[in-house]
Amino acid sequence: MTGSAAVTVLLFAAAREAAGRGRLEVPHREGLTAADVWKNLESERPALAPLAGSVSVAVNHRFVPRDTLLAAGDELAFLPPVSGG
Amino acid sequence: MERFRITAEPLDEHAIAEGLSTSEDGAVVVFSGIVRARNKGRKVLHLEYEAYEAMVYPVFERVAEDVSRRFGVERLRIHHRIGRVDIGESSVLVAAASPHRGSAFEAARHTMNEIKRIVPIWKREFFEGGDVWVEGPKEPVTE
Repeated sequence: MTGSAAVTVLLFAAAREAAGRGRLEVPHREGLTAADVWKNLESERPALAPLAGSVSVAVNHRFVPRDTLLAAGDELAFLPPVSGG
Repeated sequence: MERFRITAEPLDEHAIAEGLSTSEDGAVVVFSGIVRARNKGRKVLHLEYEAYEAMVYPVFERVAEDVSRRFGVERLRIHHRIGRVDIGESSVLVAAASPHRGSAFEAARHTMNEIKRIVPIWKREFFEGGDVWVEGPKEPVTE
């Protein structure tokens, strides 16, 4: 695992608007979880806070629990409650 | 015809069923979800859909596997719009073919329920006086 590798973070719909952007990269470190990334984002962008309880997490296009450990190169996505159909 | 499709173009409810059934099938169900002019007492102007496209396709696969396991229905197609969709237009089509009507209806119904529960697509409702993200079940999906 290289120290310079990053995790790509995607945000959609209400989360994208609250964060002011839909895509960013965060540096990877050992032990990093999806919940850690959300916590950091939320402290930078308090508008995300109301979404914390309802947002789903996906890593590499699969739903996962928030405490999932991230690997360098992962694509992490925060998904507000879906409303297709 | 693709099995799964995400498109900004109008959906075709005839085309989705073309070539879907086999000589074993006695039923084809096509469900069309269309945009209605009123929602929660508001006059709706149009909807706009956003999708996490790279994830939509694997989740459609997951839904199709679930439908196969539950109802034994193997011939299933799902087409969904993205971008602006006007009143009266289809935002989603589901087609299911099966030897008997019961399983075809159940397959289409379950597919729609799963689309609304786990497929990463969001709609924004533009109504008279404002716009809002529509949100489905608030309980996060974890698996």
